[in-house]
Amino acid sequence: MSREIAFVFNGNKMNMAIEDHWTLLHLIREELGYTGTKEGCGSGECGACTVIVDGNAVNSCLYLAAEIDGKELMTIEGLASPDGTLHPIQKAFVENGGIQCGFCSPGMIISAKALLDENPNANEEEIKEAIAGNLCRCTGYVQIVDSIKSVSGHEAQEPHVVAFRSEEGDRGD
Amino acid sequence: MHNFCSVGKRVPKIDAVEKATGRAQYIQDLKLPGMLYGKILYSKFPHARIVSIDTSKAKQLPGVRCVLTAEDIPDIKMGVYKDNRPLKKGKVCSYRDEVAAVAAVDPETADEALNGVEVIYEPLPAIFDPEQAMKEGATLIHEEHKTNVLRMPWKLHYGDVDAAKKEAAHIVEDRFTTTWVTHCCMGASGSIAEFDPANNLKIYSNTQIPSLAQKDFLDALTAMGLKGNRVRVIKPVIGGGFGSKLDTYAYEYIAILLAYHTRRPVKVEFDRTEEFIATSTRQPTITYISQGCDQNGKLLFRDINMILDNGAYTSWGATTPSVMMMPITSLYRVPNVRYEAKCVYTNNTYAQAMRGYGNPQATFAIESTMDMLAEKAGIDPIEFRRINANKPGDVSTQGLRITTCGLEECMDAVKEKLEWEKPKGESEGVGLASLIHVGGGARVYKSDGCGTIIKMNDFGKIDLFTGATDMGQGSDTVIAQIVAEELGLQIEDIHVIHTDTDICPWDVGSHASRTTFVAGNAALGAAKKIKARLLELGAKQLEAPLEKIALRDRHIQHQDDSEKRIEIGKLLRKAHFSHGGQMLMAEYFYDPANENMGKDFRGNMSMTYTFGTHGVKVKVDEETGKVKILNYVAAHDVGKAINPMLLEGQVYGGVMMGLGYALTEQVILEKGENMNPNFRDYKILTAKDVVPIEAPVLETYDKDGPFGAKGIGEPGCVPTAPAIANAIYDAVGVRIKDLPITPERVLAAIREKKGLDLCGQELGRDDVDECIIEE
Repeated sequence: MSREIAFVFNGNKMNMAIEDHWTLLHLIREELGYTGTKEGCGSGECGACTVIVDGNAVNSCLYLAAEIDGKELMTIEGLASPDGTLHPIQKAFVENGGIQCGFCSPGMIISAKALLDENPNANEEEIKEAIAGNLCRCTGYVQIVDSIKSVSGHEAQEPHVVAFRSEEGDRGD
Repeated sequence: MHNFCSVGKRVPKIDAVEKATGRAQYIQDLKLPGMLYGKILYSKFPHARIVSIDTSKAKQLPGVRCVLTAEDIPDIKMGVYKDNRPLKKGKVCSYRDEVAAVAAVDPETADEALNGVEVIYEPLPAIFDPEQAMKEGATLIHEEHKTNVLRMPWKLHYGDVDAAKKEAAHIVEDRFTTTWVTHCCMGASGSIAEFDPANNLKIYSNTQIPSLAQKDFLDALTAMGLKGNRVRVIKPVIGGGFGSKLDTYAYEYIAILLAYHTRRPVKVEFDRTEEFIATSTRQPTITYISQGCDQNGKLLFRDINMILDNGAYTSWGATTPSVMMMPITSLYRVPNVRYEAKCVYTNNTYAQAMRGYGNPQATFAIESTMDMLAEKAGIDPIEFRRINANKPGDVSTQGLRITTCGLEECMDAVKEKLEWEKPKGESEGVGLASLIHVGGGARVYKSDGCGTIIKMNDFGKIDLFTGATDMGQGSDTVIAQIVAEELGLQIEDIHVIHTDTDICPWDVGSHASRTTFVAGNAALGAAKKIKARLLELGAKQLEAPLEKIALRDRHIQHQDDSEKRIEIGKLLRKAHFSHGGQMLMAEYFYDPANENMGKDFRGNMSMTYTFGTHGVKVKVDEETGKVKILNYVAAHDVGKAINPMLLEGQVYGGVMMGLGYALTEQVILEKGENMNPNFRDYKILTAKDVVPIEAPVLETYDKDGPFGAKGIGEPGCVPTAPAIANAIYDAVGVRIKDLPITPERVLAAIREKKGLDLCGQELGRDDVDECIIEE
């Protein structure tokens, strides 16, 4: 069965015909062609497909496309300004080492956005809670949490490099 | 101290903006015009004869373009031991065995076609325990191999272990096991294969070994009757590697075969279940170890016998003993060492390289028994290790030449930051474990080299083509920093291209923590060539002696007269747009002067070695067996931190992976079948599991490393498990010898120590009603 739906996609009004069985992830990736939203597991366990629907972070792989009717959808592509200026959360991930392979990054950043929109002063525990559903295998989350903390009104900790030996070889001239 | 402009700085990854904005294109995001979707049918049994396969129903399905079984394809041999085929003929030897493959116009049709393939099996007796599989008369996995024990002679004996045993004042002896864990790359495996009309192959694939993969695929083309044709390997952005992409796999050959038969691009992309079931794990081990020391705590010998569950086929997991030899012979000074490892075929899944490449398994046994031996000798664990610590200038029994070595300083850092001597609360304890790892390449292949090409344009910008593979760890950024530093340019002036074998030079692969060292040196070598020519041009232009000019801030300038300078771009344009014009290009192939192992496995495998010590403070809940990490310190001697921020990322990520290995992760195989192929049941750590962690970095400036750097990709996950096991022992007096250290195992050990049964009751009591143990 197909149906007509209307929704706001990254700030733009959309009308389109969809199939009832489509997931929101399918709609975004396969029909709209926006591939920033990733599928990491397809069963709501990894958070790579996180998008924002009416202010809430949802796993788009578990969300039926039909449900988006009349709602507002934001994906990672809608975060930066149209002139390319990064959103402060994106900038924080870039500058604090919050990104390695990057596959989880769109979902992670979107989860952080949903959190900070609701709670701009989220503390470390609240940040960890908010991204607990976003798995990352590369970073060990430390620099991701630091990234989000840096824009939540709580400064990231000092860099952890502490002990340096004084002597130096003759290389590197 | 040198005043570096780029090296040593916390430079953001040069691909981070692409990734933060969702623009980075992974294999999942690529679609070619006319592309078909390939799917694979796996075995329904761990060991069975294939009686027949009927593909007629599948072939009739509208939208299906091709169905292949072993009958339809040439004999393509895969893997380290060439004992594997893309599609299995005659019999299956594990649940992940590929039996048939289809290509269809969309994934749903391909799935439906798989359901239509009818396979009749005749189940065979299967064997899942390597120690059973070694016995005489055991069911053979590969009949033609005559035995289940691989003919890989992992065996060394330096000095005289038996004589040393007689001299030893203290000896410990025990058995340790490690199980299957898996990489869990967030971006699953996949590839797209395409043939041009002349049957040259282009394959997009997630790989850490573009050059070796190209060779493997060339061999496949030869088997397909296409000898002499070209193979181009293109890497999309890779969603994590950790060693999983160090081999070529059945799915890649299947994509190639389907593309060849359909004359269309074919994509094979794993879903998460497939990623868990059909990719290779870390090598599981059974280790029998004894170590002994003299009255004063000096190590006299180390004696290790190991059994490796090889699974049904052979990938790099079977060669992990070559790297295990490094900690076994050379973590601390050990005069007498004996080691033997047997790899044994079973009907389980087969293992691969995974971050650390055998080192975590070996170090678990070594560092656990180091603590046991220290206790027996009555010496503090840190002091015991200090007595035996490696020092710069050492040559180990295996012939590893220790150049820079900050091991003792790493132990000091752990001792201080963990407040080692501070009194602990109830059920709290501290433990530590150290590591040695290759830090200057690893000569496991005939070449350990990497090539780099630098091309400068008229505006002073660089396109740099490297053989190295950035799968997220940040090698592109580190290479850009090295080149920018050498040439007085900015990071953004350096465009690093590593994605295409048609334009990038050869590299043995992103493994062995070798990329910063080897690819870094290769880039530095090319940059030095460019620099020499820039200085020559500049000297002429500025009419100054060569030794008086330098490259700085995108300019060539006179060292004594800052007014005398010219912008590099301008200099290049002058050189280009003149009679007999020239443009600057340079290539450099760096192959470190490390050694392949000899017959007795002696040889300096790496140009330098990375050392580190991890310390951890835990609290054990004696009622539940749950281990809480209160504090974690991971200190490493890295030579020089080219990019401290990325380096910390490697350490944090490694430690969290190591914590999962130690505490929570396990591929549960029940008679060869994966029982937890999802993130709900396979427990990688989440943000809520992050522990307080410090990562002190010690810089020893290795003379052979680029700007003094050594490799740091793998060490973070090497000594995690023994550090935790040692801390648990310190806390509650029980020693866990099997990974993962689950609450169940800790609780059982605590209860056993207290003389209670598994239900916490005194032995001999039998209140069945109160004790329900789930099988």
